[in-house]
Amino acid sequence: MSDMAFCYIVPGDDFTRAGEASADVKSRLKMLGLPTDVIRRVSIAMYEGEINMVIHAGGGEAEVRLDNGAIYMELRDRGPGIQDLSLAMKEGYSTAPENIRSLGFGAGMGLPNMKKYTDRMEIESAPGEGTTVKMWVNCPGI
Amino acid sequence: MALETLLQDPNFTLVSGPSDCSLSRVFCCDLLSVAMSRAPEGGIWITVMNNLNTLAVASLCEVHAVVLAENVIPQEDVIQRAKLEGISLISTPLPIFEAALAAQNCLD
Repeated sequence: MSDMAFCYIVPGDDFTRAGEASADVKSRLKMLGLPTDVIRRVSIAMYEGEINMVIHAGGGEAEVRLDNGAIYMELRDRGPGIQDLSLAMKEGYSTAPENIRSLGFGAGMGLPNMKKYTDRMEIESAPGEGTTVKMWVNCPGI
Repeated sequence: MALETLLQDPNFTLVSGPSDCSLSRVFCCDLLSVAMSRAPEGGIWITVMNNLNTLAVASLCEVHAVVLAENVIPQEDVIQRAKLEGISLISTPLPIFEAALAAQNCLD
């Protein structure tokens, strides 16, 4: 299974389509017979990442690779970047607008959930230069 | 518990999906990020959030049934998404707590 990769464009203008990439990843990982706990963790992290890209960055690109004993997710956007990363990582802190909150998002759980459900997460971001989130979920044997 | 036990209560109306799915636990939440991390697999999720993202989260978490409380009428796109995902969609006039209590009583 090593070296398998899936790539997605996450549209930024259609909130109702957020989650399509993570749903596709989930179904592919299921077909590969990976452990359910691994699939759930990948799905949660990926969905939160997709939602963040739609809310904050006008969409972006996602890449998922099965590589070297882990499922690797890379989410790239060209949005405004994260002003204060340590603040953004705090549960409950959110810069989401009111219309997003009314949909049930913007509770300040996105990045904390992504960190919680992955084994490793790295964020590269600078104001005005977009954000790249890299996440790994360990899965021995792939 | 099978969902059909709960559906014997006239307060609960099946909008779409199977009536005989099994249910593991009752879960209540309106914040989708919280639901994303806590909704139990095979569970019944009671909420007032009537949008496509609710169904996306339910699908990713493999929730078997979503109950829209407080007389929230599901939008047509929500109904279609529930059908596509094979998730039972139910409506009830009950508030969230009372709906959850009725579901829990069926589980006990």
